[in-house]
Amino acid sequence: MEYILIIISAIFVNNILLSQFMGICPFLGVSNKLSTAVGMSGAVCFVITLATLVTYLFQYYVLVPLHIEFMQTIAFILIIAALVQMVEIVLKKVSPTLYQALGIFLPLITTNCAVLGVALMVVTNEFSYGGEPHMLNLVESIVFAFATSLGFGLAMILFAGLREQIALNKVPKPFQGIPIALVTASILAMAFMGFSGLV
Amino acid sequence: MGKIQLITKGFVKENPTFSLLLGMCPTLATTTSAINGMSMGLATVFVLVLSNMAISATAPYIPDKVRIPAYIVIIAAFVTILQLVMQAFTPDIYETLGLFIPLIVVNCIVLGRAEAFANKNSVVDSACDGIGIGIGFTFALTLLGLVREILGSGSAFGYKFITGDGILVFVLAPGAFMALAYLIVLFKKVTAKKGE
Repeated sequence: MEYILIIISAIFVNNILLSQFMGICPFLGVSNKLSTAVGMSGAVCFVITLATLVTYLFQYYVLVPLHIEFMQTIAFILIIAALVQMVEIVLKKVSPTLYQALGIFLPLITTNCAVLGVALMVVTNEFSYGGEPHMLNLVESIVFAFATSLGFGLAMILFAGLREQIALNKVPKPFQGIPIALVTASILAMAFMGFSGLV
Repeated sequence: MGKIQLITKGFVKENPTFSLLLGMCPTLATTTSAINGMSMGLATVFVLVLSNMAISATAPYIPDKVRIPAYIVIIAAFVTILQLVMQAFTPDIYETLGLFIPLIVVNCIVLGRAEAFANKNSVVDSACDGIGIGIGFTFALTLLGLVREILGSGSAFGYKFITGDGILVFVLAPGAFMALAYLIVLFKKVTAKKGE
C-alpha cells in the first residue's frame, strides 16, 4: 500500500517539474519535439534511479560511519558525474541502439538538478505516507526515485506535445519562444494542482 | 571592458534570468516572496564570486580535459562552505530555501560563468564579473518574488497592505511560471525600445 502511495505522490501530487521546479532546464530546453522529449525522459529515468541507489548506499555505508556528512554535496555530484560517464561507456558497448537514442542527452544530465535533487531528498527529508514521518529505506528510495522520474517523463512528454501544437499557431512577437512555453507550463501546473490532496 | 561595465552588464544586457534564461530552477522555486528571492540571489552571489575567483586563479594549472569536473568540485566546495555558514548564522533562511542551497552546484549560471569568463580572465575581472552577473540574478529574483508576493499574499517584503488573502495561485507553482513569462515579455519590450 505504501509503495502505491509513494508512486502516486511522486508522479502526480509532488511532480518534480511542475510543483518542485527541479530540472526546468531540460524541461524548457529540449521540449520542442516529442521525440527528443521521450529520449531525454528515458535517459533521466535511468540515471535518477541508478544515482539514487548509489548515493543512498554511499551515504549510509561511507559518509555516516565516517561522520563526514558535510561532504554530501561534493560527494554526490562527483558520484553522479562519474556514473553518467560510466553509463555512457557501458551503453556504447552493450547496447549501441539505446546509446544512439539516449547518447546526446547523457552528458547534459550531470547538471540536471533533478538528479542531485532526488539523491539529496531521499537522504535528508522525512516522508510520511499515511503513517509516521520516517526516512525512506533502500527499496522505498528506489521506488520513490523511479516514480519521480516517471513524473518527470509524464510532464515532459505532455509539455512537448503541447508545444508542438503551439508551434503551428500564430503567437504575438514578444511571447514567441520561452514566454509562451512558460504560460503553457503554468496552465499545465494548474492542471496538476488538481491532484493535490490526493495523498 | 572596464570594471564598471563588467559589473553593470549583468543588469540588462546579460541579465542571466531575463535575457539568457539560465538558472531557472531556483528562479521559479524560491521566489514565493521578495525576501526569499533576494536571499537565494545573495547566496548565489557568494558562490559565484568566490568560485569565479578560485577558477580564474587555478585555470592555468588544470588540464583541459578534466576542467569541467574540476570546476564542479571547486563550486561544490564553496557551496558546502555556504551551507555551513548559513546553517550557523541564518538557520531560518536555510530552512526556507532548503534543497535549493545545495542545488546551487548544478546552477548553470555558476558553471556557465566559469567556462565562459573566469577561465580566461584575471582574478579581479572574474570577481567583478561574478558580482555583476550575481547582482543581475538577485535583482531578477527579488523582482519576481516581489510580484508574486504582492499578487499572491498582498504584501511586499513582509509588510502586509491589504486585509485578507491575495490571489493564492501566485504563491503556488502555476503563478511562478505565469509571473516569469510576463516579466520576460515586459523585459523584452523595454529592452527592444531602448535598442531603437
